[in-house]
Amino acid sequence: MRPYLCILGARFRVQLQYRAAALAGTLTQLFWGLIRVMIFDGFYRSSTAVHPISLAQVVSYVWLSQAAFGMLPDRVEPELRDMIRTGNVTSELLRPIDLYWSWFCRCLAMTLIPTLMRSGPLLAVAFAFLELQTPPGAASVLAAAAAFAGGMLVSSAITALLSIGLFWTVSGDGLTRLSVAAAYLFSGMVLPIPLLPEALQKAAALLPYRYVLDVPMRLYLGHIPASEAPMHLAAQLAWLLVLVAAGRSVLSRGLGRLVVQGG
Amino acid sequence: MRDALTLYLRYAAISIRSQLEYRASCAMFAAASFVISAIDFCALWALFRRFGSLQGWKLQEVALLYGMVNVSFALAEGFARGFDSFETMVRNGGFDRLLVRPRSTALQVAGQELQLMRVGRLAQGALVLFWAAGELDVHWSVARLALAAAAVVSGACLFAGLFVLQATLAFWTTSTLEIVNTVTYGGVETAQYPLDVYRPWFRAFFTFVVPLACVNYMPAHALLGRGGVFGAPAWLNWVAPAMGPAFLAAALGVWQMGVRRYCSTGS
Amino acid sequence: MAAIVRVENLLKTFRIAERRPGLWGAVAGLVHRRHREVRAVDGISFELGPGELVGYIGPNGAGKSTTVKILSGILVPDSGLCEVLGRVPWKQRVETVARIGVVFGQRTQLWWDLPVRESFELLRDIYRIEPGAYRAKSDELIAMLGLERLLDVPVRQLSLGQRMRCDLAAALLHSPELLFLDEPTIGLDAVSKLAVRDFIRRLNRERGASVILTTHDLDDIEALCTRVLVIADGRILCDGPLSDLRARAGSRRSLTVDLVDPAASVDCPEAEIVSRDGQRVQLSFDPTRVKTADLIGRFVARHPVRDLFVENPPIEELVAELYQDARRDPPDLP
Repeated sequence: MRPYLCILGARFRVQLQYRAAALAGTLTQLFWGLIRVMIFDGFYRSSTAVHPISLAQVVSYVWLSQAAFGMLPDRVEPELRDMIRTGNVTSELLRPIDLYWSWFCRCLAMTLIPTLMRSGPLLAVAFAFLELQTPPGAASVLAAAAAFAGGMLVSSAITALLSIGLFWTVSGDGLTRLSVAAAYLFSGMVLPIPLLPEALQKAAALLPYRYVLDVPMRLYLGHIPASEAPMHLAAQLAWLLVLVAAGRSVLSRGLGRLVVQGG
Repeated sequence: MRDALTLYLRYAAISIRSQLEYRASCAMFAAASFVISAIDFCALWALFRRFGSLQGWKLQEVALLYGMVNVSFALAEGFARGFDSFETMVRNGGFDRLLVRPRSTALQVAGQELQLMRVGRLAQGALVLFWAAGELDVHWSVARLALAAAAVVSGACLFAGLFVLQATLAFWTTSTLEIVNTVTYGGVETAQYPLDVYRPWFRAFFTFVVPLACVNYMPAHALLGRGGVFGAPAWLNWVAPAMGPAFLAAALGVWQMGVRRYCSTGS
Repeated sequence: MAAIVRVENLLKTFRIAERRPGLWGAVAGLVHRRHREVRAVDGISFELGPGELVGYIGPNGAGKSTTVKILSGILVPDSGLCEVLGRVPWKQRVETVARIGVVFGQRTQLWWDLPVRESFELLRDIYRIEPGAYRAKSDELIAMLGLERLLDVPVRQLSLGQRMRCDLAAALLHSPELLFLDEPTIGLDAVSKLAVRDFIRRLNRERGASVILTTHDLDDIEALCTRVLVIADGRILCDGPLSDLRARAGSRRSLTVDLVDPAASVDCPEAEIVSRDGQRVQLSFDPTRVKTADLIGRFVARHPVRDLFVENPPIEELVAELYQDARRDPPDLP
């Protein structure tokens, strides 16, 4: 375990240098959140029907998703990409640690650290001025905490899988882009999942992306009651295992390719 | 002027040929750009499906706004992308190279890169725009068509102006320029929906500071026969697109200041 | 004929923002920055005549590139006079740069993914070169630099040496009267270096182009330049022929001797023993005090010698010595 914690620690210190970027990121998220809240507000005011999620919940959903924006698996790990592109992977192979988990840690650091740095101030502002709700009870707090942690891991596993996919240059690139598009739509970043049309909701249920943001956020809001949390957390864990297994298998194939191609 | 245009076209041709060296990934990027921007429209469509209308606006009307702003933005991204990567150019000294050539710096920077992959968003925006234009009960007279074209081009000028301003900031600070990016991309998101939806201070920002309303919302009002906006006379909707080129001109003025500063500080 | 470049008392100060440590420092830095002033160019004067090829040397940060940037219109100096081809470069940037050529050794000006030929054609349009003149000039340069087979190769596939040859041609397409070469041989292999040097020499001797060459490679200077400008801490320490530099920097020479007996003790009052490694002895002497032939004669009379040779010190050492002297007693400010 030690070496992996070291990787995390080192990445953390690197990321801490980008405080100015973190501040700018927070402002960006705030601005976007405002736009989105105003648009949802406009739609809710235009209709008197009862909707599957209330405006107050949507507003909180928006602020949570803006705060957790960094968790979205929306890019590959840049250093891994360069390493794979330049063929420097071989030097990584010389280290006496498991390659998959060391890469997983890099991906985790890339998503975890900026999220931690950016979400705090945004959540504070949203609580104080922008009508971000608190969870309905202690059970929801616990469930959401567990689900956010799990979401972080699922997101990292997706990022790791995509990064590893870059062993196949063009198709890897395409897969990444497709996954990013899907991540936006099916994680709840663009629209809360309950507001999607039926067909898209069904699609969302079949994909891992909603376990990154949507499920943790709805557990927080109590929109998914805490009593249902075990089921969702189990599904999240299952996805994590599937993604890790996929990542490991793709990695070994990728390395096989490398050996065949390389001199 | 014609001379400058010829040179820009040369740059464009060269840039396109460079990108065709990587045909496969270029096509992939374009497709991805199409899908990503289509997701935005997908969300818009889903919201209308559920809520029916937005403050008295129909889906087709909002689609007109959406199509116009996305086509504008895609054009600006395609043609003025050189400014987007300008920060790197200042940091690695590439800008010095442009300064020792006997041409305007803005022209050379703009010509650095013409991004083919932007056709993805362009196609998606145009598709929505044409769909909306067909669905809407609007008589497309020559005047209306001209206004729509002017609004789209003017919008492209406005976004190009924002790219120029963002690049100009690189003369003053090397730290992140995400803030301007926020206004640019946030502006696209904002303009996809009617301005009525937003709070007054927000509307004012995108009308008077960054005159996005003038190139999108106001001409759309004129096209839809909706009359003046926020108490302004209706004829203003027809002349508002002039603000796009004006904004670009102002941005280029600030750019010149930035270049002068660069030349006196060397950083 | 009038000077190609005239520089008088050029001054350029940079303000460098000081970063304060810690998070608070970063925040405070946003509001108020503390600055340190650095004189990059501190009263430089020189002239360059038509057809001159001058080497401009100095350590990193001495002010070389600042000078070149001022001369090529990239930077505006704080004060002082500067004329390039009769114009003030930063006031008439476009007119000036149309008549100069610049090669940055570490950065190519060619388009990475395109064949060399297309880069040339784009430069033709940028510099508004007449088609006829372009054809004649490019043919000439292609022949001189041997680029025939490189023209259709994308730049990214060229070796560094090939790329530099193409870059030289690119900088000369518009027939500039003045050429700035910034480290044109950096990173090149020995053969390419010789080819580049040979081209620069021909350009200067046969076509009469004026050249300012900044370099760290003193072999370049030795091979090409009749005149050298040495700059350190923003001031010119030495301006003159290479032989002047040698004279200025102290006139010691070194004598290397291989003794027959590696254990013999060495006794030589006329020279200073610099090092001793078995049979090899390094001596340093002042030729104004003892003639080289005398020294050798006396040494050989005292010690059985297998081999010996006399050397001028390499320019590196001369320049290093000049810098040290300048640091020790800085020249008075005017």
